Amino acid sequence: MGTEDNRMIDINSTYMFVVIALALCIVLALIRVIRGPTAPDRVVGVDTINTMVIVAMVAFGTAYREVIYIDVAIVYALLSFISTLFIAKYLEGGEF
Amino acid sequence: MIFDLIIYMFIGIGIFFNVLAGIGLLRFPDVYTRLHAGTKCTTFGSIFLIGSVVLIGLKMWWENDTNGSVLAIHSAIALIAILLTNPVGAHAIARAAHRSGVEPANAVIDELKEKPMKKTKKKTTRNKEKNEEQTGGD
Repeated sequence: MGTEDNRMIDINSTYMFVVIALALCIVLALIRVIRGPTAPDRVVGVDTINTMVIVAMVAFGTAYREVIYIDVAIVYALLSFISTLFIAKYLEGGEF
Repeated sequence: MIFDLIIYMFIGIGIFFNVLAGIGLLRFPDVYTRLHAGTKCTTFGSIFLIGSVVLIGLKMWWENDTNGSVLAIHSAIALIAILLTNPVGAHAIARAAHRSGVEPANAVIDELKEKPMKKTKKKTTRNKEKNEEQTGGD
């Protein structure tokens, strides 16, 4: 404590707070996925949840200082993008 | 230190916009307005949240910690992936919603519906062919 501790912020507890706040946002988006009246509503909710999960993975990897979680977040971002495109193509009703 | 203050400000802005995205998804009346809230706010919030991670990585790198450079570069790559893929996905969802026949709430006129589209043309020609086949078979 004192002058030496003053220059370091507490990375662990700060980013765990970020992860908890993002989890609450994911719950808000999950309500829209459950009670959305049409199918595109649910797809919008799932897309929002995907982005929040990516940011939560990066924050979690920062909190525990594990870079491998951030690599998982990169792969998850690209795969969720491809899945969103395929669901949109399916809703559109055309041939693949 | 002013660097930590900048990091806390970035985290605050990011969490604020992500919470706005969640509230907007619940409160807006329409697919298109929900898409507006849920995509733009999460993109803007994730820029600031991952930007704070990049700043922490640069700070650790400045203090001769070799994990800092890996943290900053990989977080920046994740941010670039989000920035490239999120608007494209939102555009695809909006186009799919319009073509699958979802009406905007409280809309008076829909000018996009008057333009001819390739998909509907293909469908009508295919249905005509099917009908001709059926009638020809009968």
